[in-house]
Amino acid sequence: MAHFQKKSAKTEQDIPTSAMPDIVFMLLIFFMVTTVLREVELQVQIDYARAENIEKIEQKRLVSYIYIGPELLGGGQVGETRVQIDDSLVEDLASIRQLMYDKLLETPRLIVSLRVDSDAEMGIVTDVQQELREANTLRINYSTLRDN
Amino acid sequence: MGEINGSSLADIAFLLLIFFLVVTTIDVDTGIGFQLPPMPDENIEPPPVLERNMLRILVNDAGLVLLDDEQASVSEVRDRVIEFVDNPNNDPNLSVSPDDAVVSIKTGRQTPYNIYISMIDEVTGAYNELRNQASMERFGVPFSALEEGSAQYEQIRELYPKQISFAEPDEG
Repeated sequence: MAHFQKKSAKTEQDIPTSAMPDIVFMLLIFFMVTTVLREVELQVQIDYARAENIEKIEQKRLVSYIYIGPELLGGGQVGETRVQIDDSLVEDLASIRQLMYDKLLETPRLIVSLRVDSDAEMGIVTDVQQELREANTLRINYSTLRDN
Repeated sequence: MGEINGSSLADIAFLLLIFFLVVTTIDVDTGIGFQLPPMPDENIEPPPVLERNMLRILVNDAGLVLLDDEQASVSEVRDRVIEFVDNPNNDPNLSVSPDDAVVSIKTGRQTPYNIYISMIDEVTGAYNELRNQASMERFGVPFSALEEGSAQYEQIRELYPKQISFAEPDEG
């Protein structure tokens, strides 16, 4: 009967791990750079509309968001349709003009992304659009998901 | 030997890595790009647009679509826009050239947003199709493959400029 004799290793069998921290750090730096830490806290409910002919927004740093949807009241209830910019609800729609104008001065190639609840009515969207036109922020994007 | 043991460095880095992995949201932002027309200047009279060069799309409060005062379904919009802009048979009721074509959009205050988006989607789709066709004929590649800002891209864009106007909303 033949016996397989295990060859005893003569060479070093350890994988050098000294480069591992470097690799991990590289990954770490990648994620640190791509992370957007603070997402705004939504105060309105948004259920995105769906469309087919959509495009990706490549330059995320140019984007400013306007949220339009029914206000979240807590306890699963929703109220009237409101407009949210950054972290606060807009009380007076006419103030959007100044707000967006200031943003446009900061980022001249500003893209305004309208995130509108699909059950909203056009009236409030039209009002916001008119304000955007007054502020001369003309590049907009209707945020939609891909139609499945 | 005065060497610091570096094996825990990897652990620390891993911990940080896992933290950033968890908080990162790689959500791709998608949507329909759109250029709003600038506010009309009160002192300057808008240039007159020939009736045949204008396709009026009205989405009323009930979500019904009217193309040049005729009721149509949302799925018809795409083909109608293509026909209107391109006008292959030189129909005297359709636009003179793609350069002159203007799509005018009007909505009511109670129009549901999702119907408006489907309509915009169709109009965008119509222009994409026209540009794609022209790009395939001239350069043999789809429009989306052309680099943004390149001479070829601009050429196609000038051939089919997306001219969309918003009818001024009615008060009340």
